[in-house]
Amino acid sequence: MTSLPPPSTRKLGLVIDLDTCVGCHACVISCKGWNTENYGAPLSDMDAYGESPEGTFLNRVHSFEVTRDAAPPMVVHFPKSCLHCDDAPCVTVCPTGASYKRVEDGIVLVNETDCIGCGLCAWACPYGAREMDGAEKVMKKCTLCVDRIYNDNLPEQDREPACVRTCPAGARHFGDLGDPDSAVSQLVAERGGFDLMPEQGTRPVNKYLPPRGRDTLQMPDLASLCETPSSSGASEAKAAGFLGWLDRALEKL
Amino acid sequence: MHPAPSLILFTVLSGMGFGLLVWLGLGLRVPTGLAAFILFGLGYGLAGIGLIAAAFHLGHPERALKAFSQWRSSWLSREAVLAVASLLVMAPHAAASVFWDTPLPLLGWLGAVLALATIFATAMIYAQIRAVPRWHHWSTPPVFVLAALAGGALLAAQQTLALWLMLALGLAMIVHWVIGDQRFAQARSDTGTATGLGRFGRVRLLEPPHSGRNYLLREMVHVVGRKHAHKLRVIALGLGVVLPVIALLLPAGYVIVLIALLAHIAGMLAQRWLFFAEAEHVVGLYYGKR
Repeated sequence: MTSLPPPSTRKLGLVIDLDTCVGCHACVISCKGWNTENYGAPLSDMDAYGESPEGTFLNRVHSFEVTRDAAPPMVVHFPKSCLHCDDAPCVTVCPTGASYKRVEDGIVLVNETDCIGCGLCAWACPYGAREMDGAEKVMKKCTLCVDRIYNDNLPEQDREPACVRTCPAGARHFGDLGDPDSAVSQLVAERGGFDLMPEQGTRPVNKYLPPRGRDTLQMPDLASLCETPSSSGASEAKAAGFLGWLDRALEKL
Repeated sequence: MHPAPSLILFTVLSGMGFGLLVWLGLGLRVPTGLAAFILFGLGYGLAGIGLIAAAFHLGHPERALKAFSQWRSSWLSREAVLAVASLLVMAPHAAASVFWDTPLPLLGWLGAVLALATIFATAMIYAQIRAVPRWHHWSTPPVFVLAALAGGALLAAQQTLALWLMLALGLAMIVHWVIGDQRFAQARSDTGTATGLGRFGRVRLLEPPHSGRNYLLREMVHVVGRKHAHKLRVIALGLGVVLPVIALLLPAGYVIVLIALLAHIAGMLAQRWLFFAEAEHVVGLYYGKR
C-alpha cells in the first residue's frame, strides 16, 4: 500500500553534524560499496571509463559556502541522503505500491520487483534522494542499511548504516529519533538540530546539526597588511651618490 | 523538468482523444455507421497511442499492470484505472453506433464522465507535486482539461463549441503562466532553507558532489528551455489558440477545421514542451541551478 501508515513511535534515522563533516566522501563510497554488494539491484555506473561517466548514488556530499556579514565566510560540507520523511510525498505518488514506509520503524523502502520505473517518486521528492538506476531501470534510494542494522550475522558494532560506520570524523549518528531519550534525540535537542526545507511539509526524520560558532580573532584590517611602505607614502629610502644620480637619470628617461 | 517527448506526446494526443470521447459519449454528436467508425476510431486511436507512448516512458513496461493497484492514494494509478474504465465502458456505445446505428446513451454518458475524470487525473499527477511549485497550483488542471475538451470539440467538428473552449483555453494558459512565474518565490524554498544554513548568511554552492551529470540533473534540472520561454509562449498561444479561433470564425467547412486542428496540435505541443521545460524543481537548489 502506498498510503502512509500512521506515524510510528519508532523513527530510525540519521543525525548529520555539519560542524564535524570534513567532506571526505568516505560515506559516499561505503554506501555505494555496501548497496552494490548486498540488498537489491547493484548501484551501476554508466560510461564508467568514457567521456562522461556517471553513476547511481544513494548518498552524495555537496559543499556550500556561506557568506556572513560580520564574520569570515564559512565552507560547509553537506552530505545528503533520504531523510525518511514522516509525510513522505514519494510514497503516496507510487502507482504500483513499490514505494512504502515501514510501520515498525519508519524506514522508506522500494520493493524493486514491483517498481515499473516511472520516476514519479523521484519527481515528488524535494531533496533528490531517489535516483533511477541506469542499468536496472528501477528506483534506488537509501535503505538506512536495513540489511545491516537488523543483521545478526554481523558483529554488533557493525549493525549500523555503512555511512555511519565508516565516517572517520564521527559526523554521522544513527538512532531512534522517535524516542526523546535516545542519544540522537538528545544530540538534536542539545545542538539545535533542524529539518531541511520544512516549508515543503515533508516532516523529515533525519536531522542536521548546525556548524558551531567559531573562535573570533581580533582581526586586523586585512587590506592594510598588504600595503607596502612605498604605497603608504612613508619615507622611501633615497639612494645617495652615484646610485642616486643613476636612479634620477633613469627616472627622467 | 526534462521535457520528455513521450510525455509531451502522451498528454497532448491522449488528452485530445479522451476529449473527443467526452463529446461522443455525451451525444453532442451522434454519428452512426462509417462516420461513427471514423470518429470513435480517432478517439480510441489517439487515447491508445498516448497510453502506449506513456508506457515507453517506463523503465519496466512489462510490470505496467501493477500500476492499477494503488488508486486509493496515487493519481498516476487513478489515471490508469480511469483510462481503461472509460475505454471499456464506452466500447458498447461505440460498437452499437458503428454496427447497429443505435447509440447507447447511458453507457455513453458514463463513459464521458470517466473520460473527463481521466483527463483531470492526468493533470493532477503534475499538480500534486509540491516540489515543482509552478505545477502545484489549481491553475494546472484547467489547462489540461480545457486543452483536451477544445481539441476534442475540434476533432468532432463542433465549431461553435470549439471556439468558446479555445478562448477559455487561451485564458487558462495565460493565467497558468502569469501565476506560475511567481510560484517558486511563493514556495519560499531557497538554498538557505534547502541546506538550513540560511540562518548564518547567504548560501551558494561551492562544489557539486561530483563533476559529471546524474539522473537528478537530467530529469529535473533543465535550464536550456527557459531561455526562449517568452517566444514559445507566443507560439503556443498563437498556434494553439489564436489561429484556430480565427479559422473557426470563418465560414464553416472541413478544410477550415483541419487547418484549425493542425495549428492547435502544433501549439499544444509547444505549450506542453514549455510546461515541462519551464517548471523548476526545488532539488536544483542543491546543485546551484534551477
